[in-house]
Amino acid sequence: MTNAEKYVTAAYCVVFAVVLAYVLIIALKLQRLEREVDELAGRTPAAEDEEREAAPVG
Amino acid sequence: MASLVLITTALLFVFYVAPDDANQGFSQRIFYFHVSIAFTAYVCFAAGAWKAFRHLWKRDPRADLESYVWVHQGLIFGAMVLVTGSIWARISWGRWWVWSEDELVLFLILYLFYCAYFMLRFSVDPGPQRANLSAVYALFGVVLIPVSFAAIRLAKEVLHPRVFTLHGPNFGGWILVTYCIAQAALLVLAYTLYRVELAGKRLDLRLRELKEVLA
Repeated sequence: MTNAEKYVTAAYCVVFAVVLAYVLIIALKLQRLEREVDELAGRTPAAEDEEREAAPVG
Repeated sequence: MASLVLITTALLFVFYVAPDDANQGFSQRIFYFHVSIAFTAYVCFAAGAWKAFRHLWKRDPRADLESYVWVHQGLIFGAMVLVTGSIWARISWGRWWVWSEDELVLFLILYLFYCAYFMLRFSVDPGPQRANLSAVYALFGVVLIPVSFAAIRLAKEVLHPRVFTLHGPNFGGWILVTYCIAQAALLVLAYTLYRVELAGKRLDLRLRELKEVLA
């Protein structure tokens, strides 16, 4: 591999790494948002009613 | 999906179809992405300025966030321009950076200017004041784009290659075809990333509002 080939490969790897890092950060953020949505769904009045209905009686 | 297909096609053309440049040889292949990324960064900053203008003019409630996301995209692509450009400079000039080159320094100024956009934005509490200040700043920044683009054509001492002149691109044939595919791929990639980030930010905002209501 010549010097030029090494540098060109490095340049394209940098672009790939930056895009990959960006996509990973966005994916992690979306996972966090999904968790928060689940938490909120559990706190809504409808979810609380369901919990009350599911509780054993007697 | 379209951006993935286009990026793959562009890479195939860059490495298997486009011929070696007569002057620069193999190292010229950096330019297919370097120039396309630079143009995409300019488009992102311009789109950010356009959304900022819409915020100030029409008071479009979505425009502030859209402007912010476009500027953020521009900064990511701008970072890639600086890194790929430095790698090319190392091959061709034997140095990572040349301070006497107006094109390089002006792009760095443009980049730092937009870095300061984030410092400004996050130093003000969320609300109309922050949105207005950010919009005015983004509009000022767009003035630097033609300056940066024209610098290379106005510079007396030029090391940086002139890819585009007033008479059109300085290349043809497969090199032009490959460049066009790479450019389309990066524009579509930028737009895809913009849509994904914007959707995430909007969801985050709505969740915060919902939490406040439920608290």
